[in-house]
Amino acid sequence: MSDGHYGRHAAPPAGAPLGMAVVEQPAPQPAPPARSRTSGGDAVRLVLRGIGQTLVTAGLVVLLFVVYEVWVTNLFAHAAQAKVHTALENEWATGQDPLSLPGGSQNGIPIGTGIANIYIPRLGRDFAFTVVQGTGADSLEKGPGHYLGTALPGQVGDFAMAGHRVGKGEPFLNLDHLKPGDSVIIETKQSWFVYRVEGDAKTGNISAKDAHGVPGREVVYPDDGNVILPVPDNPGLAPGPNDHYMTMTTCHPKFTATQRMVVHAQLVTSMTVPRTGSKMPDSISALYNAAGV
Amino acid sequence: MYTWIWRHLPGVLALKLVQVLVLVAAVCALLLFVVFPWVEPHLPISHVTVNGQ
Repeated sequence: MSDGHYGRHAAPPAGAPLGMAVVEQPAPQPAPPARSRTSGGDAVRLVLRGIGQTLVTAGLVVLLFVVYEVWVTNLFAHAAQAKVHTALENEWATGQDPLSLPGGSQNGIPIGTGIANIYIPRLGRDFAFTVVQGTGADSLEKGPGHYLGTALPGQVGDFAMAGHRVGKGEPFLNLDHLKPGDSVIIETKQSWFVYRVEGDAKTGNISAKDAHGVPGREVVYPDDGNVILPVPDNPGLAPGPNDHYMTMTTCHPKFTATQRMVVHAQLVTSMTVPRTGSKMPDSISALYNAAGV
Repeated sequence: MYTWIWRHLPGVLALKLVQVLVLVAAVCALLLFVVFPWVEPHLPISHVTVNGQ
């Protein structure tokens, strides 16, 4: 503060109202005497300051954890996803198909390696992920994971996947945006498969159930493994020759793990087309126009 | 604690500020790349599968 400042208030003009400024500014005085280092007040102050700093620090650490969850894990996951995607493209380019192993068994597919690509037009042209084998934490950090033992793409039964919703690449962040009839495209080395989200496409009711009682979307508790049965939600029912389901699970509500959001789809198209690089067949890319993206 | 650290940093003000930035960055890196990745699997927030798989 300048001397002039002090000076103005130290001598208020006569007749000026007795305002706060006058009260706030005491006459200049010498610096306060140095506090005794051993006084009881200082000890209390020290403890309070320590508690305060600890709490503020803890708050900042928690904030940083949120940053980690929603941003940093994405950086790691995108790098991991790019790696499995490139590896799968290379496998395909050299004529190998991880899905056509001797005996048609999927036991030989290494956990955490890519098996197929998934595209969902409703979620944008840039929505493309390589699906990896297995749903362990290590697999899911790379991309959507295929539940071991469930059907492979295009097979009779239920091709079931799990994916993160917040952080870790968040492939299924907007799974709740899917509407009945939306296309979910699966690309394997041999084929393109188009699944359509269940539910009533006419009314837009995503909870509407098909002949087997399978809805387009449902929210269940984490221990409800029935949603990934060969015929979802139908324990003991063997799938018929036309029951090609696909199921995606993720956490619900966002940022929590209280429940699971589950989206079911049914196969409508399977095409075997020779691969021409990574280009989509016209009939597949037309689905993007149909979705208005 | 922070006062104590500040008092024990050597050098002039500018040098102290640089050291503070380095310390903060080091702590953030430790948390982001070591502590959080270790802690996270023990938290139930990122579970997305059904049936305990």
